[in-house]
Amino acid sequence: MVFSTYIIYKAILVLAVFAITLLVATYSTYAERKIAAFLQDRIGPDRAGPFGILQPLADAVKMFMKEEMIPSLSNKWLFILGPSLAMLTACLTGVVIPWGTSLFIGGQEFSLQITDLNIGVLYLFSVVSMGVYGIMIGGWASNNKYSLLGGIRASSQMISYEVAMGLSIIALIMVTGTLSMKEIAAQQHGWHWNVLVQPLGCLIFIICAFAETNRAPFDLPECETELVGGYHTEYSSMKLGFFLFAEYINMFISSAVISTFYFGGYNMPFIGRWIHDPNMLAVLGVVFLFVKISFFIFLFMWVRWTLPRFRYDQLMNLGWKVLIPLSILNIVITGAVSMREEIMMFFSK
Amino acid sequence: MQALTNRSKVVSKKEMTFMERMYLPAIFGGMMITLSHFFRRKPTIKYPEQKREYSGVFRGQHVLKRDEKGAERCTACGLCAVACPAEAITMTAAERKPGEENLYREEKYAAKYEINMLRCIFCGDCEEACPKEAIFLTDRQVDVYGKRKNFVYGKDILVESKENPIDLSKRQTPEVKEFKKQQEFAHNQTFDKRIKK
Repeated sequence: MVFSTYIIYKAILVLAVFAITLLVATYSTYAERKIAAFLQDRIGPDRAGPFGILQPLADAVKMFMKEEMIPSLSNKWLFILGPSLAMLTACLTGVVIPWGTSLFIGGQEFSLQITDLNIGVLYLFSVVSMGVYGIMIGGWASNNKYSLLGGIRASSQMISYEVAMGLSIIALIMVTGTLSMKEIAAQQHGWHWNVLVQPLGCLIFIICAFAETNRAPFDLPECETELVGGYHTEYSSMKLGFFLFAEYINMFISSAVISTFYFGGYNMPFIGRWIHDPNMLAVLGVVFLFVKISFFIFLFMWVRWTLPRFRYDQLMNLGWKVLIPLSILNIVITGAVSMREEIMMFFSK
Repeated sequence: MQALTNRSKVVSKKEMTFMERMYLPAIFGGMMITLSHFFRRKPTIKYPEQKREYSGVFRGQHVLKRDEKGAERCTACGLCAVACPAEAITMTAAERKPGEENLYREEKYAAKYEINMLRCIFCGDCEEACPKEAIFLTDRQVDVYGKRKNFVYGKDILVESKENPIDLSKRQTPEVKEFKKQQEFAHNQTFDKRIKK
């Protein structure tokens, strides 16, 4: 491929992924309100446009028009850095996710993944673990007890659950034998979804994803019954909007990661029997991936409006005493199963 | 001790089984419950577009009726104002001039008639007190305004128009009219009917 074509194509892809991420996050706010309403026998926002479809627009206008306040005793630079960092790290993760297979136009291959890092999983984890800094800095810079408590809770919660998350992924990597997201997605062609091989790991990963995105029942950092607003108590206007928006982007990315790791990514069972055109398959793959992502976003919201919030000690109990031992057990079982012949040989001697 | 009801339950603090301690079946069950609500019919009534059907005896905004010839029935006797428990009604009486016979039914009429809709409790006592069958409560709702002064309704709003008389048949059913013919409600009948008796 010519270098200039490559650059232009990648630029377009980056912009597209960025735009789609923002769009999905925007409409997640609408979906959240609608789903919350439906689960509670209400009908939700329906005034802005047909079925309230323009509600996110109205929300954005409201957010921008609100008075912007920075507490006089806060650390101003860090106060601004908090939401910026939250937003930045949320947007960075979409880079390594394979949105589909490749398009073939004019004999050239256009991959639907922005970049196929050979350590994609590690990149993902490093960026996700950076995400806590936005909340922590924001909570600390506000110079408010509630914000600080929210920030502390966020950091300890995210650090605790990252351990279990990483351990659950190790078992997955033992099965797939690669750290490249593209490889992991490609290995799950047909119905070889990793969730069938790693059901326990998948469950742990999903629970940790809930905790990492600070969604209910793990929304202790912003737990409004105890901490007013948690880490974003002092924030107003679009800086608050960025914090909330980053949460929805994180949710979208987490759903994409869950789908890619465990639910076959862009693969759909048996579709290859009827459709053979690779371009058509690539486009359909993107559609399938988004169907899966939508389901997981729905799951996030469904759980939020079903389960009550954890108490803080219960949260730590679950993280350290349940999920981490379980994920280690999962690693041991996975290792034992993959080395079953050697073990059999050892005992039969 | 004897139990007052048979609804009391003995609380048991038994150890949870392994399945219960996993919580996942319970979580799944809870999610199924919320999902069943997702598809349930919503009881919301989208108010300005949809309106709830009111009961036949709903008491809403008042109307000052005209008689068959289109003259105002109200004679500004003030009985409604006396009957009003919320003191929402005020009026000023005036004498009918020659030539105004088609405007006002009797020699005295209300030059000004005001009901403060913020004070009104829609009890219907004014309607019961009225000897001329002039004031009635209807099934219409009082509008919403931003300023308090707009809630003081004058004759321009209260008196029905000659072209579109307000239909009272929902509340003033034949049974109600029959009931009002009893002797103790004689004051409630129109002037002409009493003369005939």
